[in-house]
Amino acid sequence: MRKTVLEAVGLHRAYGGVQAVDQVSFTLAEGGALGIVGESGSGKTTTARIVVGLERADAGRVLVHGQDRTEHRRGRAHRLARARQVQMVFQDPYLSLDPRTTVEAVLRETLRLHFPGADHPRRIAELLDQVGLGPREAGALPRQLSGGQRQRVAIARALAVEPAVLVLDEAVAALDVSVQAQILNLLADIREQTGIGYLFITHDLGVVRCVTEDVIVMRQGRIVESGRTAEVLAAPQHPYTRLLLDSVPRPGWDPKAIAVARRSM
Amino acid sequence: MTVTLLHRPGLARIRTARAPLQLLCLGFVALVVLAALLAPWLAPEDPNAVDLGNALAGPSAEHLLGVDASGRDTLSRLVTGARTSLLGPLGVVAFSTLAGVAIGVTAAWRGGWLDSVLSRSTELVFAFPGMLLAILIVSVYGEGLLAPVIALAIAYLPYVSRLTRSLVLAERTRPYVEAYQVQGHSGLQICLRHVIPGIAPVVLAQSTINFGYALIDLAGLSFLGLGVPALTPDWGRMVFDGQSAIQHGYPLSAILPCAAIVLTVVAFNVVGERWADQVARRDR
Repeated sequence: MRKTVLEAVGLHRAYGGVQAVDQVSFTLAEGGALGIVGESGSGKTTTARIVVGLERADAGRVLVHGQDRTEHRRGRAHRLARARQVQMVFQDPYLSLDPRTTVEAVLRETLRLHFPGADHPRRIAELLDQVGLGPREAGALPRQLSGGQRQRVAIARALAVEPAVLVLDEAVAALDVSVQAQILNLLADIREQTGIGYLFITHDLGVVRCVTEDVIVMRQGRIVESGRTAEVLAAPQHPYTRLLLDSVPRPGWDPKAIAVARRSM
Repeated sequence: MTVTLLHRPGLARIRTARAPLQLLCLGFVALVVLAALLAPWLAPEDPNAVDLGNALAGPSAEHLLGVDASGRDTLSRLVTGARTSLLGPLGVVAFSTLAGVAIGVTAAWRGGWLDSVLSRSTELVFAFPGMLLAILIVSVYGEGLLAPVIALAIAYLPYVSRLTRSLVLAERTRPYVEAYQVQGHSGLQICLRHVIPGIAPVVLAQSTINFGYALIDLAGLSFLGLGVPALTPDWGRMVFDGQSAIQHGYPLSAILPCAAIVLTVVAFNVVGERWADQVARRDR
């Protein structure tokens, strides 16, 4: 049994009367990959934002290496320590990079903050190489890059902090299919090399199958099913998981029947 | 490289996109600024040298733009007056922009009660006429350029802070700000390095327009005899000094500074508006 790197215990978050996240608990093993699947509004993104610290939980705790990161203590040291626990890759690489900052400057800024005094040019080249970008892209502004290249920059920026856990919130959803595959391969390689734990938020079951070891299925803020990815996808226990699987377009696919099944749930 | 050869945005803009009015105004602004900078070398005579025998004389080879009622050379006073007339608004704009941006960013970034306090107190300044505030401060602190400049800077501050606040509110919802927060950057760092540079062009364009208004207000104040000391050459003061000359049928010494004020304000407004337009279009 591998050590646990990330543990969420009984997360709750309500917006007015709506329970966006309700009693959500999960664990992520060191170097593991956990997928959170669900349709829009199922609470998966809110869960991710609570883990990262962009959103506060009404109740529950998030532990990284056993340390609680939900209590927001002020001060530079705590801020940097929190950043080194969890990093995030956002859904839309067109929006998550400052349009006025070059690739190199983005990375240098992060390295200066976390590793002052280190050899930054060497590390920047290393990071760019790790995500498959060259010196040509280093001086470019985000608008001069393609969507896939931008997402690589966003991944490099997250890796620059050397986090224990990387949260990927629909990280390939804004990319076209061939680029998605490249990025997913890249992410798999990086996980192998660095041993960073992945928390993969997605609505795409193909992505889950491709990169995660474990999966939890969320619906209306609750976890309806969890287990090994291969087992859950092969033999779903909960009707909602079955519905999600049936919703993937394929030959002989019947959207009407799915709509009926969805309404009856 | 071929791209740069086929498409030269720099040259194209000069040839087509800029209306002649824009160029004319830009040229005029440059001219006035140069005149102010090089005044001691450009002015043909000492602006305060009195030649009473020549009082109210028309344009001649000796005095290109004539002489005022006290026998002072109008051209020299216009050129030297450009200094105080531009320096005052520059002070107003610099102070109101710096303080306005600081207040606007703080209000938008922190939100909550601080936003309410800052926004309501700047709105309170809105309710008070700027000129009245200036007259009040000048009457308390006496003559000098500093008092009216500070007064007008306070009066102009809400325009900048309100604009900044709305811009920052829009900017901070953009995901890249969250990305920097996740990276561990402090709010101050994100504001200084990313948010303020992002909104700066819009705020500076607004400040350029404010410059024109501040120039009018300061000229008005010195016309009323408030602000600039009596002997300092200043356009508003020159209009005031020229009043009696107009009554005697020699309007030149009053009309020239009036024209200088109007043209400078128009030029600054056109340049500022155009700049704001360009910035707005670029962001879309």
